[in-house]
Amino acid sequence: MPTPVRTRRPRPVRSTRSPIGPRHLHPGAWWLWAIGLGAGASRTTNPLLLLLIVAVSGYVVAARRSTEPWARSYTAFLKLALAVLGIRLVFTVFLGSGVGGTQVLFTLPQLPLPDWAQGVRIGGAVTLEGLLYSLYQSLRLATLLICVGAANALANPARLLRALPGALYEAGVAAVVALTFTPNLVADVQRIRAARRLRGRSDKGLRSLLSVGLPVLESALERSVALAATMDSRGFGRTAAVPRRLARSIAALTLLGLLAVCVACYGLLGEGTGLWALPVLLAGLAAVSAGLLLGGRRSVRTRYRPDPWAWREWLVAGSGLAVAALLIWLSGRDPGAFNPAVVPPAVPELPLLPALAVLLGLLPAFVAPAPPGTTPSPSAPPRSGAPK
Amino acid sequence: MIVFEQVSVQYHDAAAPVLGGIDLTVPEGELCLVVGPSGVGKSTLLGAVNGLVPHFTGGVLHGRVTVGGRDTRAHRPRELADLVGTVGQDPVAHFVTDNVEDELAYGMESLGIAPEVMRRRVEDTLDLLGLAELRDRALSTLSGGQQQRVAIGSVLTSHPKVLVLDEPTSALDPGAAEEVLAVLQRLVHDLGTTVLMTEHRLERVVQYADQVLLLTPDAPARLGDPAELMAVSPVHPPVVGLGRAAGWSPLPLSVRDARRRAAPLRAALDGRTPPVVPPVTTEPVADTTRLTLRRGPNPVLRGVELALRPGEITALMGRNGAGKSTLLGALAGLHTPDSGTVRVAGLTPHRARPKELIRQVGLVPQEPRDLLYAETVAAECAGADHDSGSAPGSCRALVARLLPGIDDALHPRDLSEGQRLTLALAVVLTARPAVILLDEPTRGLDYAAKARLVTVLRELAAEGHAVLLATHDVELAAELAHRTVILAEGEIVADGPSAEVVVSSPVFAPQVAKVLAPLPWLTVSQVRNALGQPA
Repeated sequence: MPTPVRTRRPRPVRSTRSPIGPRHLHPGAWWLWAIGLGAGASRTTNPLLLLLIVAVSGYVVAARRSTEPWARSYTAFLKLALAVLGIRLVFTVFLGSGVGGTQVLFTLPQLPLPDWAQGVRIGGAVTLEGLLYSLYQSLRLATLLICVGAANALANPARLLRALPGALYEAGVAAVVALTFTPNLVADVQRIRAARRLRGRSDKGLRSLLSVGLPVLESALERSVALAATMDSRGFGRTAAVPRRLARSIAALTLLGLLAVCVACYGLLGEGTGLWALPVLLAGLAAVSAGLLLGGRRSVRTRYRPDPWAWREWLVAGSGLAVAALLIWLSGRDPGAFNPAVVPPAVPELPLLPALAVLLGLLPAFVAPAPPGTTPSPSAPPRSGAPK
Repeated sequence: MIVFEQVSVQYHDAAAPVLGGIDLTVPEGELCLVVGPSGVGKSTLLGAVNGLVPHFTGGVLHGRVTVGGRDTRAHRPRELADLVGTVGQDPVAHFVTDNVEDELAYGMESLGIAPEVMRRRVEDTLDLLGLAELRDRALSTLSGGQQQRVAIGSVLTSHPKVLVLDEPTSALDPGAAEEVLAVLQRLVHDLGTTVLMTEHRLERVVQYADQVLLLTPDAPARLGDPAELMAVSPVHPPVVGLGRAAGWSPLPLSVRDARRRAAPLRAALDGRTPPVVPPVTTEPVADTTRLTLRRGPNPVLRGVELALRPGEITALMGRNGAGKSTLLGALAGLHTPDSGTVRVAGLTPHRARPKELIRQVGLVPQEPRDLLYAETVAAECAGADHDSGSAPGSCRALVARLLPGIDDALHPRDLSEGQRLTLALAVVLTARPAVILLDEPTRGLDYAAKARLVTVLRELAAEGHAVLLATHDVELAAELAHRTVILAEGEIVADGPSAEVVVSSPVFAPQVAKVLAPLPWLTVSQVRNALGQPA
């Protein structure tokens, strides 16, 4: 009987992609950079600083995104952020903001509400202070969204999941499948709505959208079953046996560690000083890493050409984290500049040092390698035909 | 390499077993082709080889299947992954990752193959399948033939001893199909891979087969020499039909073999010509002028001028991605032209109201199931009557004519491919449109279903419908179409009577034309008629 090629632990040879020349930066570096910008943004409501962060992320995306389909997601996130902003302002106009103010811009007719609804009002005076307050708050949320969008556009989420440790591999695959599911679902909806038109039914309006639900669900289900069959017959889910006690301790370590990390993040990013949070964070991270390392023993998988983590990755991730660290530190020293007053309204100023700190986030636009395919290579074949 | 011992498979809700008492031994390094009409259990047989039947599909398998010494009873599909590579009909359903290189490596990663080995094998496979130029491309940007090659490559990297292929070329244009078959040929010859495959388009593959497994509904399965079995097979390619008509023995399986024997036949036919089909000269009912259409950044159609006449059947051919489906979609009002015009019976399709449009133009899409929503055939027919405002029962009458003996209570999903296509066609015809468009209608149809479709379409044309069908099936175009239009890169590169257009192109010529060239015969039935045999 022919023996299959057996598992060998990867030896320390170059199995990663070459760090030279155009390549994809390690997705983890992009996410760390984006998380850094986001963490910085979460400490301030100064609109000038927030807009600066948005501008920095936009510049880096423009400079370093690839030509792949997901690179277009930045625009989608921008639109989402604008929608968040708009919805919040509309709510403020109709429901008030809870911030007292004197400068009334205009007054809407107020809906009389019964006693039990005390504290809630619909309509009434709209103040400049209230609007400003919600604008600043929602701008912060919008900036966070845009940072996530930047990471999404710069690093293929599927690629990030590929870089997960072996123990999380199966969860990662589920996420990847879910990610590719959405575009397929959209294509299905379009196809089936077109078919409705061919049957002489209207393809406009809510009813037509709802009526395609069942066929779309059916075809999505069929696709998942087909994919599961393929993955099974291509060896997905082969595992090595591990002792039961080890398996249990892995689960316990990972869960407790994650819990600790969550609590610590809450402490660090919340309003308080959070001195206790740092040791908890470190302990949690250690527990999670141990769990993941041990969990990797169950998996027989090897990895094909993982992205390397070279000095460029250190610089990109470092620049993001530096922005976060500097902003958190500076916000402790000068809270006023980070949270401009809204009652009474004041023109926000751009504080010099935090602004310089944010500009550090521009570093990836210069040090990150150009992604492959952005400069046309002579060997690239012409696209044969167009997609159907 | 593959051994079936008294294998039968029965699914839980089925009255009769799908497969019964199959005994089969495929030695190492052979290409074995499974042949038979639709619904005899070809896919089930293939699924049994890698264990998906019954581990994944459910059902009960009696007997024993061993592959490379491993019993599928004891080994789940994932434990056979290093031994059996399986590629289905639709390569897109096969892909797990999103670019070529990762897809090639995916199977090896699951098997835990060392990184250095993976690296080397990916490079080897890229060369073997001619994919090196495409290594960084996203899978969704590849053409059908390229995708099918990547799908085959993705199972080859695990170095399977057995390759199982379910209709690998059905969805491909003739050129792409040849690419894929050349690769299979190379695997069998150079690497000694055992290949087990099914294919409805026998004319493409039968000459490469070392053995044929013939499955028929009413006789036991037979494994044997391709030429011998083709002599009795109910499904056979045109070249075999020609051989049978001319009484050749052993039967030729390839055009080359047939040409060597064909000198007497050519002499017998010399001086005679097939009946000339008079060109249809009615006023066009639909036309496009300088039609240009973009989807995304790329133009898919560039200045297409096409007229469709009542009573004429037009075949639209061209490679995958040439714009055939888009052209049909534009005629059916699914796409808005960027410039140029589309007129169908005085309507502008993309602006017309769907209810009015379906009386003028009906499209059966590539996946006929998209048109069917209802739970039963009867409900589907009632829906079609309602949609088109026809008298109740008109759709059911059409179904009875096109598809006699079908059960009203069946779910459209439980119909065979051919039945489903016919039901969709009946639904479209209920509105009695002047123009009928069919996208790839013979994909997945066996020869019997195809013959029925040919009869139906001929009748429709005789009734004065204009028919346009986009197809990769050169035999169908030769047999059926008055006129053939070839589309390349969104432009019409040939438009004329089928007999002239298909014969002048080596890719689109049917087998009979290749065998009898330079004589102008296209189909077996023409030759049979000329020889005075019943068709």
